Amino acid sequence: MQEHILSILIFFPALAAMLGFVVHKDSAKAYGVTVAAIEFFLSLWLWKIYDPAGSGMQFQELAPLISQFGINYFVGVDGISLFIIILATFFTMVGIASLTETRRLKDLIITLLFLEMTMVGVFAALDAIIFYVFWELSLVPMLYIIGAWGGPLRIYASIKFFLYTFTGSLLMLVGMLFMAFLHYKHGGVWSFSILDWQAMNLPVNYQMWLFGAFFFGFAIKVPMFPFHTWLPYAHGQAPTIGSVILAAILLKMGTYAFVRFSLPMFPDASVLFMFPIAVLAIIMIVYTAMVAYAQEDIKQVVAYSSVSHMGVIILGIFALNVEGITGSIFLMIAHGVVSGALFLLVGVIYDRRHTKLMSEFGGLASVMPRYATIFGIMMMASVGMPLTINFVGEFLSLLGFYKQSHAFTLVAGTAIIVGAIYMLAAYKKMFFGTVTKEENKHLKDINRTELMGLIPLVILAIWLGVYPKPILEPIDKSVKELVVLMHEKARTVEAQKRIPDLTKSAQEVH
Amino acid sequence: MLEPINISLASLNVMTLAPMLIAIAGALTILCIDLIKSNLHKSLYVMVALLFLLLDLGAVLDFGNLLLKNGPIVGMFDMMLIDGLAILSQVIIVAGSMLFIPLALTSKRFHEYNYPEYFALFLFMIAGFQFMVATDNLILIFVGLETASLALYTLIALHNRSKSFEAAVKYFTMGALAAGLFAFGAMIFYAITGSVEINKIATILANGAYLNIGFVLVGIVFMLAAFGFKLSMVPFHTWTPDVYEGSSAALAGYMSIVPKIAGFVVAMRLFDFLVDTGVVWLQVILYVMVVVTMTASNIWALVQTDVKRMLAYSSISHAGFVMAAILIGSTQANTGLFLYWALFSFTNLGAFSMLWVSRQKNLIAGQSSDHPYEKFAGLVKTMPMAAIMMGLFMLSLAGIPPFGLFWGKMYMIGSAVAEGYIVLAVVMALNSAIAAYYYLKLIIFMFMKEPISGYQGQYLTNASLSLRTIIGIAAIGTIFAVFAVNPLLTIITRLVETSVY
Repeated sequence: MQEHILSILIFFPALAAMLGFVVHKDSAKAYGVTVAAIEFFLSLWLWKIYDPAGSGMQFQELAPLISQFGINYFVGVDGISLFIIILATFFTMVGIASLTETRRLKDLIITLLFLEMTMVGVFAALDAIIFYVFWELSLVPMLYIIGAWGGPLRIYASIKFFLYTFTGSLLMLVGMLFMAFLHYKHGGVWSFSILDWQAMNLPVNYQMWLFGAFFFGFAIKVPMFPFHTWLPYAHGQAPTIGSVILAAILLKMGTYAFVRFSLPMFPDASVLFMFPIAVLAIIMIVYTAMVAYAQEDIKQVVAYSSVSHMGVIILGIFALNVEGITGSIFLMIAHGVVSGALFLLVGVIYDRRHTKLMSEFGGLASVMPRYATIFGIMMMASVGMPLTINFVGEFLSLLGFYKQSHAFTLVAGTAIIVGAIYMLAAYKKMFFGTVTKEENKHLKDINRTELMGLIPLVILAIWLGVYPKPILEPIDKSVKELVVLMHEKARTVEAQKRIPDLTKSAQEVH
Repeated sequence: MLEPINISLASLNVMTLAPMLIAIAGALTILCIDLIKSNLHKSLYVMVALLFLLLDLGAVLDFGNLLLKNGPIVGMFDMMLIDGLAILSQVIIVAGSMLFIPLALTSKRFHEYNYPEYFALFLFMIAGFQFMVATDNLILIFVGLETASLALYTLIALHNRSKSFEAAVKYFTMGALAAGLFAFGAMIFYAITGSVEINKIATILANGAYLNIGFVLVGIVFMLAAFGFKLSMVPFHTWTPDVYEGSSAALAGYMSIVPKIAGFVVAMRLFDFLVDTGVVWLQVILYVMVVVTMTASNIWALVQTDVKRMLAYSSISHAGFVMAAILIGSTQANTGLFLYWALFSFTNLGAFSMLWVSRQKNLIAGQSSDHPYEKFAGLVKTMPMAAIMMGLFMLSLAGIPPFGLFWGKMYMIGSAVAEGYIVLAVVMALNSAIAAYYYLKLIIFMFMKEPISGYQGQYLTNASLSLRTIIGIAAIGTIFAVFAVNPLLTIITRLVETSVY
């Protein structure tokens, strides 16, 4: 069973979703929680049997699918994808457990379980086409969640979300086909295996074009400035669960794909595009932080702050050294925990008041003390206070980029600190002062269902902030392998300089 | 005195006619049954037709086997040519027809199915298409094309509504024009080469080093226009939406698949050698035609208010997409064409069948056409299974993996990339994104809007067991296509390679 753990992880939720059609609608939620919990424990088991000392991809499974065209069912995990998979199963469980939706709950839960399959599939795939299949398939459940359970503009928002990401990924598909064709030209067979692709050594101009093709697909998904316009709509209209999954997991597909595809396959192009992308990332951090400050809707504040932090992740990835990439992968997990929790918290107040306008609140701290406490902790984590989960990731990412450029890092670092302003301002508007609105005086504090989702997140946010080692170590190990590969493949002098040579520095130490 | 002509029967290889003769025999059998006893139930004719199609398919597959062993087979004074393309297209034609014919078993009564002639004409039409693809003789192609087309016009008109008469007449007029253009094209090729067989034309032109290039180009123009009409390439497509709208949904779905594959095969035979030998002008024109057909019809489809018209434009767009294979001209592209079309036939037939099962006898107040988008609003709440099926077909048409059509699209774009047509590949990919919008529109109506009163009783009114079965087969074919792709590719590649395309 151990060797098939990944297939089980991928297809168990889908199978459960199909059986879920039979479950009576009153019991659907319990069914969903059960399935998601089993899936989560399976993913924990994956972590347990994962060998932190082992190198390369573990638990590989290979089955021919379309061998004529070099497409195989090929999955595996390394330290980079392992924790994102756990994050995905965790958030599906938490999300379903804290569902307060009443309209057509059973459909929603079945959709979420299908979505879980696609999420795990994306992060476990080692064949580009399998990756693409899950990547595209994840759009469909999300389209349905936003479009069927969303706010008044839900249809516009869901179509925008779908078409934007679909267009980007089609360009990526052309890039993938070209990669496979290049493999055919040199190796004689078509291959979509990511590992084969990573071993290919491409001329720099090919790298540039392919990097561009993949970039569209990934950048729209992240979403990077200026492709981010679909996200505020999607978040604004999506139901709480939709926003949680979107922010916590789906956006990570883009950043993960940068690490999995762009860096090891096109190291020279990555170096060449490092500064343009860093500029975009910094614009993303600064500009969306400013936009967040101008929002009146608390959910939009959280949404823009989430984009802003994605900018730090991008910056860390394109530091192209171990610190930066490790930090950004850790930050992906941290960002998932924190922004997921914040969206859940916004959902809590929305369920009570059916508004997300901050002007409608004020002085909530005295009415809902527990809510205010948890919100406060998560807000602190979000602005990157030391000893919280975000700090570790942000610090490492910036440290990584500091080695490439002091000035850029300084701007980004300042922007992050200044970014705290909008979160604190939002917190002040909502929670401090006197209760001005009559409706707010008798709001109920957080109930048990909601606590069940939030408490684990709080624990994670602090625990991993204080002691990130169990997660950082496996990530670090895989990232080192990645950087070694990148340095070996680098053709241009610039790239060889920018991407550190780990083998050499290791010798120097001894 | 004329010398008596001596030809041994064995050299004629009469057996090459067997598949077509089976279809014709089936048609005659149906007519004979009607002579002996009329007013029989349609189910009898459907089953008889199905049986003969099964025999037909068996004969085709048998030839396929022979072909793989011994190479292409010729017969009947070299008129008949059974090569890989002929086998593949005949399999698609006959199998597509077998999926189509049970759609006649609706639970509501429709005028046309009371006539046994309908089924006889149907089988004649199939024989016509089979002749068309199993030869490289321009005259036999013409005869096959006309046999099939005339039968098809009649099938459309038999639907017996004013719109279907309009459709039939429109199709007939355009079809006659196309036939005329084809005849002119064939004439010019005969005039410059003295042959009506495509492979001989190719050899003679190549030996003469294309000295008559002017005449060749004129011939190509006529042929392009003729195939433009038949394959509904922009700008020769204007008849398509009207004809689809006027025909029954089932027949419209059929028309979007079977006649086109026959057209593609002939176009492939005719244009392949011209593209290969580097008639640059033809490459440019084909390139433009492919891109314009894909893009323009996609944009028109965006603004349609009726699902059937939308599907008509979408079929045009898919045809344009596949036409790229003829432009690219590699074995991989030609393989891709057949793969795409085999997968497309499942999905598209499923989509049109879904319209067919909800076909009303009478329009309700305020309804402008048979299948407006509003009709499907909130379908997931009233008929969840139907909505999921329709949604599945739409996702497949949009090219969302892992559903059927994605694999076809992927393989086609891959073949474009492999031959260096990067820009074309990007255009093909972006067109899929445009197309996603109108397919999504139907999904949005079905899954995200509230039902509109008045339509409730109209869904699945036609859904008899056989219709459900067909839709089920289409759905299974669409979902599990990924497992069929590898065997399909293996066999298609082998067959295409044996015919040196």
